[in-house]
Amino acid sequence: MLRSILAAAAAATLSVGAQAQTIKIAILGPMSFVQGENHWAGAEMARDEINKGGGINVGGKRMQVELIRADTNEIQSVPDATNAVERVITRDKVDFLIGGFRSEAVLAMQEVAMDSKKIFLGVGAAHSKLGLNVEQNYERYKYWFRVAPTKDVDLARTLFAVLGSIGQQIRTDLKTDTPKVAILAEKAVWTEALVAAAQKNLPAMKMEVVGTWQPSATATDVTAELSAIDRAGAHIVFTMLSGPVGISVGRQMGERGMKAVAWGINVEGQKDEFWQATAGKAQFVSTLDTYSEVEMTPKTIPFVQAFKQRYKKAPTYTAATYDAIMLLKAVIEQEGTTNADKLVAAIEKIEHVGTGSTASWDKRHDLNWAVGKTAGIAVQWQDGKKVPFWPPQVKGMQPFKMPAR
Amino acid sequence: MLQDILVTGLVNGGVYALLAIGFSLIFGVARIVNIAHTAFYMLAAYCFYTLLTKTGLGFLLSGVIAVAAVTLFSMLCYRLVIEPVREHESAVLISTIALALIFQEVMLYLFGGHFLGIPSTIEGGIRILGVSVPYQRVLILVVAAIMLGAVWLLLYRTRLGLAIRATANDLEVASLMGMNVNRVAMATVAISVGLAAIAGVIATPVVSVHPHLWLDPLVIMLAIVVLGGLGSLKGSLIGALVIAYVEAITVFALPAGAYLKGAVALLIMVVVLLFRPEGLFGVAFEEER
Repeated sequence: MLRSILAAAAAATLSVGAQAQTIKIAILGPMSFVQGENHWAGAEMARDEINKGGGINVGGKRMQVELIRADTNEIQSVPDATNAVERVITRDKVDFLIGGFRSEAVLAMQEVAMDSKKIFLGVGAAHSKLGLNVEQNYERYKYWFRVAPTKDVDLARTLFAVLGSIGQQIRTDLKTDTPKVAILAEKAVWTEALVAAAQKNLPAMKMEVVGTWQPSATATDVTAELSAIDRAGAHIVFTMLSGPVGISVGRQMGERGMKAVAWGINVEGQKDEFWQATAGKAQFVSTLDTYSEVEMTPKTIPFVQAFKQRYKKAPTYTAATYDAIMLLKAVIEQEGTTNADKLVAAIEKIEHVGTGSTASWDKRHDLNWAVGKTAGIAVQWQDGKKVPFWPPQVKGMQPFKMPAR
Repeated sequence: MLQDILVTGLVNGGVYALLAIGFSLIFGVARIVNIAHTAFYMLAAYCFYTLLTKTGLGFLLSGVIAVAAVTLFSMLCYRLVIEPVREHESAVLISTIALALIFQEVMLYLFGGHFLGIPSTIEGGIRILGVSVPYQRVLILVVAAIMLGAVWLLLYRTRLGLAIRATANDLEVASLMGMNVNRVAMATVAISVGLAAIAGVIATPVVSVHPHLWLDPLVIMLAIVVLGGLGSLKGSLIGALVIAYVEAITVFALPAGAYLKGAVALLIMVVVLLFRPEGLFGVAFEEER
C-alpha cells in the first residue's frame, strides 16, 4: 500500500516536473481566416527557432516553448473569443496570451486576461481604448501590451505622412496645385476619428476633399460610390477599409478603369491573396503594411524569406506573433523568471528589435510611434506583386506608380 | 449625376433581378420558404470557382457543370430535408436556415474564410451616357432578361408550368386531379435553385466568393420579393429596379450615408407595404392565378 502511494506521489511529481519544463503560450486568433493563420504561422516559426536553440533560459533552467492553438472565431462571434480565452487559461493553464485581431473582441478578451493577471501581448487590434485602459487603471490592465500594429491614432499619422508624399507626386505629375481626394471609409467605430482627422487635415495639406463615402464594411458592391467618386474627379481615393469591402473597392476600381489611385488602409490588400481575390484588377491599389523584403530591421528580410519558404506566401502583420514570443524570450531571460509582474516592468523599459518594428512602449503600453521603427511601411500592388514604396529612407523601397492618364 | 444614377441603378437592378427571380418562384409559386436559396447561389459560386481554377475546364463547361451539380444537390436536399416537413411552413423555414448554415460552415471548413476571386467572363467595358460599365455587368443584365423570359415561358406556356401554378393555387385539388404534387414541388425547387446557381455563376465574377456570400443577397432578395408581391415575377423585376435605384440615389445624394443604402431600400419596402400590404403586384398575381 505504502509502495503504491509513494509510486503515485512520484508519478505526480514527475508529471508536475514534466509540465514545468515548458512555457505554455496561447495563440489567439480566428484560425479559419488569414489573420489567424498568420498568428499561428508566426508563432510556429518562433517556437521552432527557440526550441531548436535549446529553449528559453529561465534563471539557468532551459524551458521549451509549447503553443496552444486557440481559435477565437472573433470575426463572427465575440463570445466565442472570450470563451476561447477562458478555456486556455482554466483548462490548458497557459502562462501567456498572444494574438487577437478584431478590436471589439480583443477588448472583451483583455478583460478575461486581466482577471487572471496573465500577460496578453496584442497582435492585431488597433483600437486606442485597449491602451487607454492601462492608463486609466494601471494595476488591473498593466498585463496588456500592444505589439502590432500601432494604435489607431498613430496609424492616422502614418497615413497622412504617406498621403503627403503621394500628393506631392500628383502635383508634379499632373501639374495641379491642389490634388482632389475622395475619402472612402467603411462605417465602423475605428474609422470615425480617422475620417474626422482627414476632413480637417487635408485642406491644411493643400488637398481638396471632394466628398466622403462610407459604405458598409461588408459591402460587395461599391459601383455607385465609385461612380460618384469618378464623377467628382478625385485623384486619390483615401481608403479606410478593414473588411471585405476592400476587395470590392480594389476590383471595381480596376474594372471601371479609374484614373484615381487608392491609398490608405486596406486590410484585405495586405494579403497575398488580394490579387487573386480581385481577379487581378487591383493594379496600383496601395495600403499600409508591415512586412516586405526591405530592411526595416536587420531581422525583417531573413524572417520574410523564411516565412515565404515555409508557408509559400508572405506574412501579414498578425505574423508579428513571432516578435511577441521573441520579446517574451528576451525579458524572461533578462529577468530569469516567468513572473508576470516582473516581466511587465521589464517590457516597459526594453527596446526590442523585432522583424516588423523596433519597439518600445509608452505609459499606455502602446508602441512609441516613429517612422522607420514602428510606423510600418506602405506598399502598392503593381502587376500582381506587392511593391514597398515608403518610408523612402529604408533600403529596398521602389517607386510609387500612378495609373496612365 | 442623373446619368450615373440611371446607369448604376439599371445595372445593379439586373444583378438583383437575376437573384430574385428564382427566389420569387419558390417563395411565391410553390409556397416554400427557402431561406437556403442564396446559400445554393453561394455553393454554385464555389463549385464554379473550383472547376474553373483547379480543372481548367473553361467558363462554359465549368458553369454548366456547376449549375447542374448544385441543382441536383438541391433536389436531394428537398427530398431529405424539405419534403418531410413541407406542410409546416415554420419547420421549412427553420430547416432551410439550418441547411444554409451547414453549407456556410462546410465551405468555411473546406476553403477557409478566404475571399476568392473569379475572373470576368468578358473583360473590358463600355461607356453608357458617360458612365463606365464593365461588360460582365452588361452580361448579367442580358442573362437576367433571358432568364425572366424563360421562366415566364415555362410557367405560362408549358404543362409543367401549368402544374406548378395549379399546385400552388390549391394543393389538395391539384392532388385530387391526379397530379403528383411532391414531384411538381421538387421540379419547382430544381428550377428555382437552377436560377440561383446561374446567378452564382454569372454574378460572382463581380464580387468575391466566400462562406458568407449568401447573407447580403438574402436580405435584399427578401425585400425585393416582398416589395414586388409574393410570387410575382414581374413584381420581382420591378422590385429589383426600385431597390437598386433607391440604393443608387442614396449613395449619390448622401455620400457619407452610403452604408445606409440597404436600410433606406428596406424603408421604402416598409412604406410601400403600409399602403399595399400585398406588395406592388401581389394582387395582380393572385388574380392571374
